[in-house]
Amino acid sequence: MSSRTSPPKNGRGLRPLSIVTIVALPIALVLVFFYAPIEAEEGFLQKIFYLHVPLAIITLCGFVIGGLLAIVHLRTRDRSWDLRSYVAIHMSLIFGVGTLITGSIWARGSWGHWWVWSEPTLVSFLIIMLLYATYQPLRFAIEDPERQARYASVFAIVAGAFVPMNFLAVRLSSSYLHPRVLGSSSNLPPKMAFTFLISLVAMALLFATLCSYELTAKRTRMLLKARSRTLGFR
Amino acid sequence: MRKPPGLWATVGALLRKELLVELRTLESVPGMSLFAVTTFVVFHFALNQNTVSGDEAAGILWVTLLFAAMLGVNRLFVADQDQGGFDAFLLAPVDRTAMLLAKALALFAYLAVLELVAVPAFGLLLLGPPLHQSMPDLLVVLVLADIGIAAIGTLVAALAVQTRARDLLGPLLALPLLVPVVIGAARASSPLLVFTHPAGSQVRWLATLALYDLVFGLIAYAVFDFLLED
Repeated sequence: MSSRTSPPKNGRGLRPLSIVTIVALPIALVLVFFYAPIEAEEGFLQKIFYLHVPLAIITLCGFVIGGLLAIVHLRTRDRSWDLRSYVAIHMSLIFGVGTLITGSIWARGSWGHWWVWSEPTLVSFLIIMLLYATYQPLRFAIEDPERQARYASVFAIVAGAFVPMNFLAVRLSSSYLHPRVLGSSSNLPPKMAFTFLISLVAMALLFATLCSYELTAKRTRMLLKARSRTLGFR
Repeated sequence: MRKPPGLWATVGALLRKELLVELRTLESVPGMSLFAVTTFVVFHFALNQNTVSGDEAAGILWVTLLFAAMLGVNRLFVADQDQGGFDAFLLAPVDRTAMLLAKALALFAYLAVLELVAVPAFGLLLLGPPLHQSMPDLLVVLVLADIGIAAIGTLVAALAVQTRARDLLGPLLALPLLVPVVIGAARASSPLLVFTHPAGSQVRWLATLALYDLVFGLIAYAVFDFLLED
């Protein structure tokens, strides 16, 4: 089986992307702390909403994107798509840990417990994280690189489809004890909605930047390996 | 030249081989059934209760069935991997989907036999309310959950069997994927396992299970071919 690899376009666009992210993140933070109003019920604590919810949305999108990239890999047999899928899922895992930690802090602050089973979003998220935690063990337990890419892609597709299915099942099973402040941003006051939107964009940019850095690093390493092999180094 | 056999003829042949191998070696089903009965005994001592009902009963039943199913999932492809069954299958001019269908049907049959032993044993050992009055409803839940477990179990078994740590990865992959099945099955069976006037299962749980079966059945069908190329 021959697997084509596309010629590396290494590091292109990395600098503008980094600059935009470096500008956007402080703007989002300034808006969160100085522009968005203090929420009446939860007070200052509610500010974690602008960190937690964008993190969660980007994580879930990253998992689904990982699945879509895996579909492209299986259709085209171009291993560079598998690399993209791997990077998207890897970065989502890191963002996901951040989501669980911030969610836990928020739950402790507003409901008094570090973990709340009656909050379906939190529970679904934990199940999804437990599933994706097996992605790397599965991947790196397969020796043959071609098979590794193929099996990882199959996992990414199944798990990507599992994300919405799992949310549906867990949402059905809980009895809505807590009012859903994070259901939709449409009922937010305009100032909060604007801040939230900017935070979401900044977080998406951060995700994209970190992904491109990882991709570039991985491609550079592969390039170096190939070069040193052609030059006869060990 | 002879025409290659159709899909269902292949599935029939493969399923016959699976069941024949299982009948002659008795590697999976007796182990799964024994595991389930032992687990009920463990639950009796761990919970320090003689009888259970309602949510608790549904939870014990489904945790036990799920973990017993994991034993079967772990062994599902081991013989094919170790003894060249995959290579022989790939040499044959047949549709590769046949392997998925045959294995899933075989796993479904294993689960059915497991439940034939485990559910009466549960009624005898742990369950407080009588089992017979809610049996028809419980049967629907069991069938719907088994389809989901068979689809995901076959897919996960095929994924895990090629890895170094296959015994570990199988359950690690399958358990989170099967959480929706446990939610649906446990919630659907808990109103059946009560003393007074067992109500029927709520339709939404049966619908959740059916939707899960449909979605992951289709996904398994779509991606399974990619696990069998070499």
